[in-house]
Amino acid sequence: MAYIGNTDADRRIMLDRLGLSSVDDLFTDIPAEHRFPELELPPAQTELELLRDIESLAAQNAAGSGMLSFVGAGVYRHFIPAIVSYLSGRGEFATAYTPYQAEASQGTVQTIFEYQSMVADLLGMDVVNASHYDGSTAVAEAAIMAVRSTRGRSRVVLSGTLHPEYIQVTRTYLKPQGIAIDVVDPPEAAGATGPTSESLLAAIGDDTACLIVQNPDFLGRYVDLRGFADEVHARGALLVVHVDPIATALFTSPGALGADIVTGEGQPLGIPLSYGGPYLGIFAARKELVRKMPGRLAGQTTDTTGARGFVLTLNTREQHIRRDKATSNICTNQGLMALRATIYLAAMGPKGLTEAARLCYQNAHHAARLLAQIPGCSVLPGATSPGAAPADVFFKEFVLRTPVPAADVIERAADAGVIPGLALDRYYPKRTHEILIAVTEAYSRADIERLADAVRDAVTKSADAPARKEAVR
Amino acid sequence: MSSFRFDSPIPPLLYEISRTGRRAVLLPESDVPETPLPDHLVRSDADELRLPEVSEQDVVRHFTKLSHANMSIDTNFYPLGSCTMKYNPKINEAVAAHPGFAGQHPLGRVSDTQGALAVMYRLQHMLAEISGFSAVSLQPAAGAQGELTGILMIRAYHESNGDTRRTKILVPDSAHGTNPATVTMAGYETVEIPSNSRGTVDLDALRAACGDDVAGLMITNPNTAGLFEEDIVAIVDAVHECGGLVYGDGANFNAILGIVRPGDIGVDVMHFNLHKTFSTPHGGGGPGAGPVGAAPILAPYLPGPVVTRGGTDDGDYRLTMPDRSIGRLKSFHGNFGMLLRAYAYIMMHGADGLRAISENAVLNANYLRVLTERAFPVKFKRTCMHEFISVGSVYDGVSTMDVAKRLLDYGFHAPTVYFPLIVKDALMIEPTESENRETLEAFADALQAVADEAQSNPDLLHDAPHTTPLRRLDEVSAVRNLVLRYQR
Amino acid sequence: MTFRDDVKYQESHEWALKDDDLVIVGVSDYAQDSLGDVVYVELPDVGDVKKKGDSFGVVESVKAASDVYMPVSGEIIEINADLDDNPSNVNDSPFDSGWLIKIKPSDPSELSALMSAQEYKTYTEGLED
Repeated sequence: MAYIGNTDADRRIMLDRLGLSSVDDLFTDIPAEHRFPELELPPAQTELELLRDIESLAAQNAAGSGMLSFVGAGVYRHFIPAIVSYLSGRGEFATAYTPYQAEASQGTVQTIFEYQSMVADLLGMDVVNASHYDGSTAVAEAAIMAVRSTRGRSRVVLSGTLHPEYIQVTRTYLKPQGIAIDVVDPPEAAGATGPTSESLLAAIGDDTACLIVQNPDFLGRYVDLRGFADEVHARGALLVVHVDPIATALFTSPGALGADIVTGEGQPLGIPLSYGGPYLGIFAARKELVRKMPGRLAGQTTDTTGARGFVLTLNTREQHIRRDKATSNICTNQGLMALRATIYLAAMGPKGLTEAARLCYQNAHHAARLLAQIPGCSVLPGATSPGAAPADVFFKEFVLRTPVPAADVIERAADAGVIPGLALDRYYPKRTHEILIAVTEAYSRADIERLADAVRDAVTKSADAPARKEAVR
Repeated sequence: MSSFRFDSPIPPLLYEISRTGRRAVLLPESDVPETPLPDHLVRSDADELRLPEVSEQDVVRHFTKLSHANMSIDTNFYPLGSCTMKYNPKINEAVAAHPGFAGQHPLGRVSDTQGALAVMYRLQHMLAEISGFSAVSLQPAAGAQGELTGILMIRAYHESNGDTRRTKILVPDSAHGTNPATVTMAGYETVEIPSNSRGTVDLDALRAACGDDVAGLMITNPNTAGLFEEDIVAIVDAVHECGGLVYGDGANFNAILGIVRPGDIGVDVMHFNLHKTFSTPHGGGGPGAGPVGAAPILAPYLPGPVVTRGGTDDGDYRLTMPDRSIGRLKSFHGNFGMLLRAYAYIMMHGADGLRAISENAVLNANYLRVLTERAFPVKFKRTCMHEFISVGSVYDGVSTMDVAKRLLDYGFHAPTVYFPLIVKDALMIEPTESENRETLEAFADALQAVADEAQSNPDLLHDAPHTTPLRRLDEVSAVRNLVLRYQR
Repeated sequence: MTFRDDVKYQESHEWALKDDDLVIVGVSDYAQDSLGDVVYVELPDVGDVKKKGDSFGVVESVKAASDVYMPVSGEIIEINADLDDNPSNVNDSPFDSGWLIKIKPSDPSELSALMSAQEYKTYTEGLED
């Protein structure tokens, strides 16, 4: 067996030392009637056979067949510099574990410290933890932390334009703890853009621990949050902002806007799409709240000679010490994904990251302009945003309204090798004629023009001929 | 004597080598018609983005040097108990990096993702077969989230029966801290069950705690002392008789592949740690993946989506929500990249290969137990499963931590220390199946050498480690003077 | 190990000292020694009213977090805010600068039910392995 260290001869020597005649003798504590079940599994493959199997499976995915996709909705195709995979693939990082022995794990702990430092600068926040599973669980844990940080407040208000799956995850987490959730104005109707700042603030009551908004929101709109934190604080609640980390390179940082807790989906920072994970849950807070934070934290210290080093710190918040009184049950972080993000941020630097964000903005607006010119199509106008901002500010994602069912447009465009975006009826069943489209720096002008051409053709053909089949989810 | 040395000093922080204007990655100029930026919303000078400015070579050297400051499975024996630090096959990484998977968006159309769905379907099926459960959900992102999933399913089951009196979950005192923390997150109260002198659950105490207020039991089997709960059938029966359900913590599943199936002995729901048992990399702390398997009575409550077959025009495989699902635990469909690696690992083993993993893991642990018991006494003197507990504080003035730190000087990562809590000053040692006999013997020799030093020159241990890039780090001042980010 | 004999003790290792109409509370020398270097002390708000046996805070070392419990019922009148900056006072001076809270007891007779220094010393000896 390829991954087993010993030979039959070794096993004989070891069994002799134990005074046993066979390996089976090691398992006498196990109820005899249940011992050694026959498992019905496929026969073992060699590496070469496995690769053939994998090749044929991969070819059944769009990504394996060269489709050009503009689906975003929380995770995105961004440019990943070659050194991210090159460095993060090093076995010394990948095959180490949580740095319980800091002296033999400085590579991992210092990386976490550098991750915390860079992400704190990116978000304009005081403290960042070593990461959560993904953006959705970071949001759910932020809600729990807010309740823990505000005495006597046991409700949370979520903006309806938070990612629908994040709302679902937050419900799963909060329900058993008896924390009530108010979701304000989810954009379920065709053309809806979600809550106004007034309706969000109005939902904050005396027992509301926090308000959670996503920015840019699920529909891609950038919400003007200037002055908003003061309004939330005046009502005694904390402001939690969920961000796209690339957008924060360009727009005012959530920290500068007065957010108390900031979460983010870190996937855009050098992490592949991988059909849903592993991703990176970014989690940041003001320093006054640090002892209420879940998750691991790396801190600076010195060794016995006075040299600087790093250790995991504030461990008494965590499950392995506090057990049933811990701030969360989280144990693993997304270490390898945090490493990727750290390498990515180092490689991009402040200029590279800002340039990437500007390219996202320019490319997405160019795409929106071309698509809006297609007869019958329009780009969803923004509603009144919090503060006195103009409508229509978006970053890299927007909603296209189509004169024919979105599913038809997507189906026909896919025949031409382009997946224009996500049919919004996946999350909002009434929104059958809308597509959520993401365009980043990774797409060329030619890609954008191909998108526009494919959508134009698909709209024209769909208008001429009835839909070929039911909605495609 | 000590022969191991890390081969490069620790680099400064990237911020400390940053020079204004230095670049690694360059991006193309925008070639689309320009759209003006909303100036009032962009970062101001006061809010300037400050990240390190370094060259690509700077980045490569920095992280390469940092990597040298780590012990890892690829470089060292890493017998960290309860963490199953086995060899991670490199084919797993190649498979996960395949652009047909790595580049696939999770919201791709069903017809465009049949390959990924097929992998998930097959993995669900194989994990169910290995564990004896009727259904598996791949949603949970880690073991701790798998635990939460299981307890939420138990909660949903009782609620759907209108049974709301049940507020307690029984947890043996040998359990991982994640168990009681999970109970709290699930809105229940933990009732701790003591262990007996054999290191297993005190059956009488358990029976006494069972009642109509008990929602369930969380049990790790083999337990954290590396012992199979030989009374498991009676334990499960006692909980079932009082109307509770049994959650199996699969942290130590590596000991029982093809040896016994938790589903066969009455466990109702269990999580798998793919990063332990199924060789996905630990990544310096994650990502993990914590799929959950369930017996028929809990299967409808599994989190979703799960993959089912059912021929539509879009393809054979599709995503569905179980009937009474507790909902979603994370966005999208689980840590797919980890699922893919575990799939590869199982496919390369087959049934006989999986059983060989556990047989060799258990044989290695027992051999090491016998080799080391003279240096440091083993707490429970009986056949163990995949790991065993030694007592590290048997030499005057020398602590378990001193022993752990000194082992680093011999080129071995330390075992898990001070856990489980039922053994004072524990050293928890798990060798795994991938280590060979010579490595086990070398580790046993090192433990003996450390034991000798503990008597002849205890300061050598107090001052350890001596050969690592940094000497012993001060955890107390780290908390008293919190510095959690680079200080300009 | 010091077992100051002008204070009373309870099994969860807090000491209590009557000071006019208030009761001063801290953790015992035995407790601080078992915990190791104290790095943080979480204390209640002044004005909180708690019952005997209620947790009123947490004393933390690097490796452990220990809840501390009310030895008598009453209102929290004062907390030792100095511990925020100097948590090591709990180690260095558990009976003096390491005090935790002052309580205005609602039932002063509860104090007499606590252990004497000698009783507590015997009790701690029974805890050793």
